[in-house]
Amino acid sequence: MDLFEYQAKELFAKHDVPVTPGAVAFTVSEARSAAEEFGGMVVVKAQVKTGGRGKAGGVKLADNADDAEAKAADILGLDIKGHVVRRLLITPAADIETEYYVSFLLDRANRTYLAMASVEGGMDIEEVARTKPEALAKVPVDALAGVDEAKAREIVAAAQFPADVADQVADVLQKLWRVIVDEDATLVEVNPLVKTPDGQILALDGKVTLDENADFRHPDHAQYEARDETDPLELAAKEKDLNYVKLDGSVGIIGNGAGLVMSTLDVVAYAGEEFGGVKPANFLDIGGGASAEVMANGLEIILSDPQVKAVFVNVFGGITSCDAVANGIVQAFTMLAERGDAVDLPIVCRLDGNNVEEGRRILDEAEHGVVELVDTMDAAARRVAELAAAK
Amino acid sequence: MSVWLNASSRILVQGITGAEGTKHTRRMVASGTSVVAGVTPGKGGQTVDGGSGDIAVFGSVSEAVEATGADVSVVFVPPRFAKAAVVETVDAGVPLCVVITEGIPVGDTAQFFQYAQNAGSTQIIGPNCPGIISPGQSNAGIIPADITGAGPIGLVSKSGTLTYQMMYELRDFGFSTGIGIGGDPVIGTTHIDALAAFEADPDTEAIVMIGEIGGDAEERAAAYIAANVTKPVVGYVAGFTAPEGKTMGHAGAIVSGSSGTAAAKAEALEAAGVQVGKTPSATADLMRAVLRARS
Repeated sequence: MDLFEYQAKELFAKHDVPVTPGAVAFTVSEARSAAEEFGGMVVVKAQVKTGGRGKAGGVKLADNADDAEAKAADILGLDIKGHVVRRLLITPAADIETEYYVSFLLDRANRTYLAMASVEGGMDIEEVARTKPEALAKVPVDALAGVDEAKAREIVAAAQFPADVADQVADVLQKLWRVIVDEDATLVEVNPLVKTPDGQILALDGKVTLDENADFRHPDHAQYEARDETDPLELAAKEKDLNYVKLDGSVGIIGNGAGLVMSTLDVVAYAGEEFGGVKPANFLDIGGGASAEVMANGLEIILSDPQVKAVFVNVFGGITSCDAVANGIVQAFTMLAERGDAVDLPIVCRLDGNNVEEGRRILDEAEHGVVELVDTMDAAARRVAELAAAK
Repeated sequence: MSVWLNASSRILVQGITGAEGTKHTRRMVASGTSVVAGVTPGKGGQTVDGGSGDIAVFGSVSEAVEATGADVSVVFVPPRFAKAAVVETVDAGVPLCVVITEGIPVGDTAQFFQYAQNAGSTQIIGPNCPGIISPGQSNAGIIPADITGAGPIGLVSKSGTLTYQMMYELRDFGFSTGIGIGGDPVIGTTHIDALAAFEADPDTEAIVMIGEIGGDAEERAAAYIAANVTKPVVGYVAGFTAPEGKTMGHAGAIVSGSSGTAAAKAEALEAAGVQVGKTPSATADLMRAVLRARS
């Protein structure tokens, strides 16, 4: 889960990383009162989980509370790379002498962590990495040994931080590493880390990604979920423990196994090219078991998406054989009918794997009227795209 | 021959007394696998009905290894206990540890992977993987054993169900070994490790490699293939339609900015001389053509 800047800074503060004070505002009047509280000049910052806010007009300096209110009105509702601004961070303007960059991230390729640091912060770090790679120090961090003072000093030396800030930066690095370990973060980035004219080091921005697999040991992380900014269908699916991602097409997809479902989306999109660009409406992995209840819950979510015109159920019967899967589908229809959700969209079903003949017989004999069985994944994708296009 | 797992492999199951552990132990036994022990802390001395005889449960991996000579561990324990379970396996010197558990914090995985690297005596497969199967010989994990038989194809895949799908599609030829390496951001065995093993295995004639969005493992595998693999490789990559920034089921399956896209992976593989299928069935057809041309 990616955090908003203000949430990242809350976590930084919890681990004693120096940050500027700030207040979150959801409305222009909240922005105004926050600016009044701080007094003087403030920065009004769009809170969106994407980069390039400044260039998009999402970060503005305000002279006073009146100005903060006006700037907040400009920024709220702005669309930044598909992210609509619904919340702002109001923070006192800090004097900046120099901008640096520091981060820790999970290095998938080397299966360990990586520290990155540069005395040329403030700008897009990918740009620095591309145009001036020697200005970005990369230091591997052993997952077991972590970042102690010696390691922090190694990073400081590699990035050639000036002597007058070396101690403070080394200290900040050790505290940021605590965010990685203690909060189960996979990314902690500060850009810029600034030096103020009086020599203080401050995290002026913050980016944190938390590992949701570790939620069991961080019940407090639930507060970072932005429910108001999550797709309502995704929220409903999450409440039912379904692995669902909303997309923007018209073919509802249900399958078992993440890889097979991803593959199903692709195959439907390929087939859809022939029918005027029919696309998948969602990703939904119901897992290996494919029980009747999970199938019913999945169908319920998909059928409540008004964009869906046809549904593709693509199941490989491996651990759970096809007859059990077919029974699950048939029972799911019964359950949906009992809940008052009649299935009235065409459903194309492809079932393959263990005991497939029995599974297909069960589906054929059930009197549902809407299910069409197609033997192969490719042919089924073509058929469902055709049905969705015809609607 | 086969890769990493064969008829003489002696398997122990960590978490054997849990529902999943017991269920899959019975399936492994039913497919002819030699499951010699189970481990559940605090339940040493009990037994579990393996379907064709009782399996002894030990309180620790080292006791189980000492008593039974187990050389492969399959881990089913819940995420919060997984790190301790793998560390125990490494400490006991078990050469192969297959971690089936889904949902392990990646920080824990990074730590137990580093721990195993430091010890230098345990290879980890997974986590969040279906395991490894050498059809007709042994099955360490949850891959359904009855979808295919022994044959000349080696398979390595991030995805479980796509593994089953591909094995089923190519059951007319069969497989030397199928390896599900898992869909997490940090995994113990990579595509490259599996490719190297298949290249060296005399029973493997051709290799199917299945990848998906996220990270750059496929790109690195492509470079490895170009430099080191002489056997024909056919590839498939899932996730062309995945939007940026959304996790598609597997914790590791996420496109970040311009990196980790399916298109970049397919392109890298093709540039390395790997034929890449557009769909799983098309990929199976490519493999069939490769094998027919060789026979």
